[in-house]
Amino acid sequence: MNFLIMNIPLNIVSTVHDWIYSIMPETAASITVMVLIAVAYLALFAVAGLYLVLLERKVAAWFQLRLGPNRVGPLGLFQTIADALKLVSKELTSNDRIDKFLYNLAPYFVIVSTLIGISVFPFSKQFQAFDINIGLFFLIAVSSIGVIGILVGGWASNNKFALIGAMRSGLQTISYELSVGLSILTMVLLTGTLQLSEIVEVQRTGGWLILQGHIPAIIAFCIFMIAGTAETNRAPFDLVEAESELGAGFHTEYSGMKFAYFFLAEFINMFIIASIAVVLFFGGWLSPFGITDGITWFPEVLWFLIKVLVIIFLMMWFRWTFPRLRVDQLLTLEWKYLLPLNLANLMIMAIIIWMNWTI
Amino acid sequence: MTDQEIKNKIKTEEYFVNMGPQHPAAHGVLRLLLTIDGEIIKNVEPDLGYIHRSIEKMCERDSYQQIVHLTDRMDYLSSNINNEAVCLAVEKALEIEVSDRVKVIRTIVSELTRIASHCLWWGVMGMDLGALTTYFYAFRDRELINDIFEETCGARLTMNYNAPGGLMYDIHPNFVKRTKDFIKHFKTKIPEYDRLLTGNVIFQKRTKGVGILTKEDAISYGVSGPVARGSGFASDVRKHHPYSAYDRVDFKEVLLTEGDTFARYQVRIMELWESISIIEQLIDNIPEGSVKEPTKAVIKLPKGEYYQRVEAARGELGVYINSTGAKNPYRVKFRSPGFSNLSVLNHIAKGSKIADLVATMASFDFVIPDIDR
Amino acid sequence: MKNEDLQNIINGLGENLEFTTEATEFLNVTVPKEQLHTICSQLKSNPELKFDYAFCISGMDWGKELGVIYHLHSTEFKHEITVKVTTEDRENPILDSVHDIWQTAEFHELEIYDFFGIKFNNHPKLRRLFLTPDWEGYPLRKDYVDEANMIIK
Repeated sequence: MNFLIMNIPLNIVSTVHDWIYSIMPETAASITVMVLIAVAYLALFAVAGLYLVLLERKVAAWFQLRLGPNRVGPLGLFQTIADALKLVSKELTSNDRIDKFLYNLAPYFVIVSTLIGISVFPFSKQFQAFDINIGLFFLIAVSSIGVIGILVGGWASNNKFALIGAMRSGLQTISYELSVGLSILTMVLLTGTLQLSEIVEVQRTGGWLILQGHIPAIIAFCIFMIAGTAETNRAPFDLVEAESELGAGFHTEYSGMKFAYFFLAEFINMFIIASIAVVLFFGGWLSPFGITDGITWFPEVLWFLIKVLVIIFLMMWFRWTFPRLRVDQLLTLEWKYLLPLNLANLMIMAIIIWMNWTI
Repeated sequence: MTDQEIKNKIKTEEYFVNMGPQHPAAHGVLRLLLTIDGEIIKNVEPDLGYIHRSIEKMCERDSYQQIVHLTDRMDYLSSNINNEAVCLAVEKALEIEVSDRVKVIRTIVSELTRIASHCLWWGVMGMDLGALTTYFYAFRDRELINDIFEETCGARLTMNYNAPGGLMYDIHPNFVKRTKDFIKHFKTKIPEYDRLLTGNVIFQKRTKGVGILTKEDAISYGVSGPVARGSGFASDVRKHHPYSAYDRVDFKEVLLTEGDTFARYQVRIMELWESISIIEQLIDNIPEGSVKEPTKAVIKLPKGEYYQRVEAARGELGVYINSTGAKNPYRVKFRSPGFSNLSVLNHIAKGSKIADLVATMASFDFVIPDIDR
Repeated sequence: MKNEDLQNIINGLGENLEFTTEATEFLNVTVPKEQLHTICSQLKSNPELKFDYAFCISGMDWGKELGVIYHLHSTEFKHEITVKVTTEDRENPILDSVHDIWQTAEFHELEIYDFFGIKFNNHPKLRRLFLTPDWEGYPLRKDYVDEANMIIK
């Protein structure tokens, strides 16, 4: 019984897909299908971003011995919808000395690169919007475009603090991309493929990659978490938006919807980092010990979301506990400690695979 | 090319940044004009006066009982101690000997005020460095002290509890019990503060070796309080010029010699332990006696100059009263600890980064109304 | 060190110094303004005096004269004195700056300039600290009149 009910969305999706292909010529139909998927993802992830903000506020409140938002809606569930409505209706203020074109363009770089990045993730065996054979490579390449948005936004604001914040953020992101890339590369050595759905298949038969790779995989995971937190400009690496130092960093001059784009992009970036960690290290949508494998999409998506939420909780825990690093300490950490460690780890993983010492 | 030749070829310009009077999450209305070259600070020039209320001029117009009320607004986090300074100066001039009960209660209340001030300092220091949770933990404990004061003195921030001649009214019957409960609770909290912030590697790297103040500079710049004691300059007024009941309690003067931000931080945490020990020694045996010696309704100090110093939470607070025998003082000067501490900021901050300046300022614990008066 | 011994030593440092201990807690030394800098540097460097901590520097308006009061303390010998210096010129009062002896004086002299109008020679950058740069008058003087801001009882 349950299986039939769970099959309904799948049936709807395939029905719609067939119907569109039947009424339009080939290319128009594929374009329409892509547009529909894009709209669906946009809606879904806008809402998901909003609820991640609410989750952050609730987790912060839990660490700080207080209740989070609990007035708007039951348990405060409609809080961020109220915040979103407020942001949309805000007046878009700006100076008259800003560089108008760049100022308006900057938020779009950030949000568009984030949303493109989301499209490659496998939420379940059947649900994956864009399954290409260079999945991981594409993902890393696209998420690097976000840096441009930050730098352009800081420059175009014509504000010293925004400029300082943007410069710091630029060099932070560029440095930590190396570590993210190298720790992903370490795991790709185990899987032998860059395609995300294949990576999950490898883990179905052999066990989760973090167990298969034991020591170097655990080191790669730790480095990935540190570098991933730095990539998304979250504490303890949030000197970009260090409120107690210099105003609000590169988005000082933005208000209303444009600010909402930057803000939302930060949370969706966090989701991306957590999703990469889940897919590469913790088995994607597979259930532990295979307990619910074989049932259709619903448990798979549920397992994926649970694992992603655990990693997101870990990232939020970092933010509310640690003080922040100074900019030169940040760069020292990356170039003098994480990068050599990463390279050494890569060698160790290569040796372990060559000698067949994986589990 | 050598480093110096490279520096000469690449021209960088210095620019001015205001850490302006409106800060999110900082210490009040202080404007610092920074001259920065990249990330390195070349000059710090404070610009004060945003909360200047001319307290010294108002004191020339008000009577001696009214001056006491103006002092709480100076360093509002140690308001009881400020009141005590003026009351002690007036009592010294009139040669009134207050009863032991008053002395002991004044000491206990001052130490509770010091604990409350250091709690807020700890919360704000964590927040300035990015650990946003410390603020809530600190306020949870500060609220308990504010509740004790609300019951006894009637106010939570500007408590006009001292009056020339003694106290305004006697302590509430619950005071002793609530203070003892608070001490028991707080003793389990300071290790929690240590676990959260002091032992954190990131925090230690941000504060060790940052903002070093040598002992000679501390003496020459007139620095006092935990800032001076972190550099090895023994300046605790409670030990060297004891007043109220400080000569009959046993406590250590905390001295560290490194002079960096971490040393100043540790001095204040250790002072929390010392304050707890002082309160524990006094709370059980508050002697009986009168709470207010009779004074005339219109107080006139004999002609002369009187100087009284007390140890506020930030350092040595001095009150200089020059009287000509009239019912208002002729001149009152408040030697505020923050003013002298601020003068050394330029000297320490030259050559460091902006983030170091934030950490150093947090460890100095400025309260701007104290500086601006 | 006792007040008498202090008085004897300091008397030898300059001329026309006046000493008094009545109606005050510490030994008061009144110094003519031309000798201020030399006497102060000797107060700091003399091995028996060593007044290295200036804990309070206040400006004062005695009605006819303006002046500055320095409260000094020695961290080694723990004795304290008060040094007073006055000037009768109310239009353009100028005194020597002692910021090279006690660096705390740099800020305190800014405050005294702001409120009393006393200028200091050799001060690195004399400017108004608390009040706005275009303020007229010196508020803490006894003859300061300002109907808008002052409430007289």
